[in-house]
Amino acid sequence: MLNHYETVFIMTPVLSEEQMKETVKKFESYLLEKGAEILHQENWGLKKFEYPIEKKNTGFYHLIQFDAEPSIIKDFELQYRRDEKIMRYLTVSLDKHAFAYSEKRRKLRKEKQQKEEKEGVIL
Amino acid sequence: MAQQTDIKYLTPISVDIRKKKYCRFKKSGIKYIDYKDAEFLKKFINEQGRILPRRLTGTSLKFQKKVAQAVKRARHLALLPFVADNLKTNQ
Repeated sequence: MLNHYETVFIMTPVLSEEQMKETVKKFESYLLEKGAEILHQENWGLKKFEYPIEKKNTGFYHLIQFDAEPSIIKDFELQYRRDEKIMRYLTVSLDKHAFAYSEKRRKLRKEKQQKEEKEGVIL
Repeated sequence: MAQQTDIKYLTPISVDIRKKKYCRFKKSGIKYIDYKDAEFLKKFINEQGRILPRRLTGTSLKFQKKVAQAVKRARHLALLPFVADNLKTNQ
């Protein structure tokens, strides 16, 4: 039975652009290979922390929202632990209210992006 | 029956009109508190970054637990500080 999940992870700021993309790709492909269905991804880019983590003050945030079998979550998180580029991660299962909220949020973000593109402001 | 003398108080008794507290989530129909939305969560933590108690905010138990969980998750992801000295003023 597929559950809704949402995972946010933080990568060290020391990475270059394509290294960051490649690690995101790695996790994405891991999920797809395990039969998960990725619904939505958000890259918040470089953000400042409220408190230093591992002596660093900024990090790349990335969010992946997906549906998956509950069994794969344990070794998905094992992948996080093994990868030293990931400083911190959080995987959360979404109940129906949370899922409805994320649908609404995604629609809002899409409209906002379309509006910005229309105005010629490149996000 | 002792004649009821009006009791004079030294200081006027200040009965503060008890504002009927209400749970803002039930009233506005919010069902899920998102841990990623740090600005919204800032309304529920005080200057030092601690979670406000129910007696001040008036939220119901069910939503206070959701707020607490969301704040703790946001702290884990460094979106909210564990302890801060002047959280709201420095923005």
